[in-house]
Amino acid sequence: MAAVGNLHGAIAVRRIGALLILAMAPLLMGQAKPKLVPDVSQRQVEIRYSFTGAELLLFGAIVYPDGRVPEGATDIAVVVRGPAQRIVVREKQKVAGIWMNVESERFRSAPAFYAVSSSRPLANLVDERTSAIYELGLQNLQLSPASGATSEQRRRFEEGLVDLRQRGQLFYENPRGVEISENVLYRARISIPARVPVGTYTAETFLIREGRVIAGAAREIRIEKLGFEKAVADFADDWSFAYGILSVLLSLGLGWAGSAAFRRS
Amino acid sequence: MDIYLPIAGLSVNALMIIGLGGAVGFLTGLIGVGGGFLTTPILIFYGIPPAVAVASSTTQITGTSVSGVLAHRRRKGVDYRMGAVIIAGGVLGATLGGFLFRFLQGSGQIDTAIAILYVLLLGSIGFLMAREASTALGFIKRKDAQSKKKPRHNPLIASLPMRWRFYRSGLYISPLAPLALGFVSGILTVLLGVGGGFIVVPAMIYLLGMSANVVVGTSLLQILFVTGATTLIHATTTKSVDIVLATLLLIGSVVGAQFGVRLAQKAKPELLRLFLAIICLGVALRMALGLGWRPSEIYTVQLL
Repeated sequence: MAAVGNLHGAIAVRRIGALLILAMAPLLMGQAKPKLVPDVSQRQVEIRYSFTGAELLLFGAIVYPDGRVPEGATDIAVVVRGPAQRIVVREKQKVAGIWMNVESERFRSAPAFYAVSSSRPLANLVDERTSAIYELGLQNLQLSPASGATSEQRRRFEEGLVDLRQRGQLFYENPRGVEISENVLYRARISIPARVPVGTYTAETFLIREGRVIAGAAREIRIEKLGFEKAVADFADDWSFAYGILSVLLSLGLGWAGSAAFRRS
Repeated sequence: MDIYLPIAGLSVNALMIIGLGGAVGFLTGLIGVGGGFLTTPILIFYGIPPAVAVASSTTQITGTSVSGVLAHRRRKGVDYRMGAVIIAGGVLGATLGGFLFRFLQGSGQIDTAIAILYVLLLGSIGFLMAREASTALGFIKRKDAQSKKKPRHNPLIASLPMRWRFYRSGLYISPLAPLALGFVSGILTVLLGVGGGFIVVPAMIYLLGMSANVVVGTSLLQILFVTGATTLIHATTTKSVDIVLATLLLIGSVVGAQFGVRLAQKAKPELLRLFLAIICLGVALRMALGLGWRPSEIYTVQLL
């Protein structure tokens, strides 16, 4: 666990560093640049008994230094990413007529959820190097593969993972999901499916002009189980033996109550 | 009506799960099998993680076997001594099964192992039961060879040392035989989420030669205890018992079982067994095809 924390921490530090440099960029260059004032509709998503997913609204304003909207296109990309997980991806192959797991690949920091939404297709906004730096787009996720496999095999597994999670709505790109009105206000909807794990998610907003990211901001969103769901999950984890006993007693009680109720009638 | 399952980590339609429990409970009441062999595969088809499906359906079986045990106890249809021996074997088997389950989970072969075991077990039992029921119904001519008088005890079992008397079963045999039987069914309970009645009942009749009136009650007693122990094993090792899922299944199956029992009093038992055999073969065929067809997901993800 500590290793995961450190790794996650290291990534967070790297990312915050990148954002800091962005924030200082106008000062260094001695020239006023637009600023972002971002917000998120929900800072906390609660998983309750009828949780079927959530829809986040990421919105905000672009503040130009002297209130003047400059020439040229201003674009926004927003990225919501879930906690990094250590995972193993297995690949099925046909062995003696049966499809079974044969090869596998470990990844040290695969995001549990990743959604990127932009005002125009990412390929039109930034070059490959920039999108790799900011991890914009599914092709640019840094998953940190752990085993010493060939790069070809690693790519195959990465593509498999991305494809699997895309179909599960856990990873997606929406190339026209950000609406910008009057070059000032922007908003984007990101839907989060029910199957996401709990944890700290980050919502990042990037302001892009002329192929460069000129401002960025991040907000944290906590997704957590609350109330009964949290109590059950914690109980099952911390007091597993008592939880097992309770499960057995509950099923005995229900079975007995059912037969008793029907015998009388 | 969607309900979030706290351990499985996803939302399911509660009415759908209750309906599944009801259908399986109906079969339980109708034919007298636990129905775990249907619940687990259907839950897996529905998208519940296999480990959670197996563990939670075990918990559900504990509940459904209670009323059966009580009913058989009232008419003295339970051999407690035999039951205790089989339960001891079952708990040993379940413990070993727990290690096997975690080993297979770690090496990524648990899904394939579950599917292959289901195909083999359901296929062979469905086939045997279909043949037996068709013979009884007169669809197939009885072979003359079968009418030859068989020895009451299997020679292999009779040769085992240390004999005990089991009065209610009408047996004087070594306890090692029922112990081994319990052991095998205990492993299956952990791996497959089944009570194991569909193995234990035929084995009690054909291998051990127990008197027919205590077979079902004793098997249910064993199922009650072994699934209870298995729930504990899953709760402490794989941590995949979903109490909400098990409760939903139970609500359905407890009610469904009562209707099944009522219909069972009117229907022909051979016809019911043929019906069950067809269901077994159907599930086995579906799982066999699942193994052989190119799966929709080539890649699977497991958390470390």
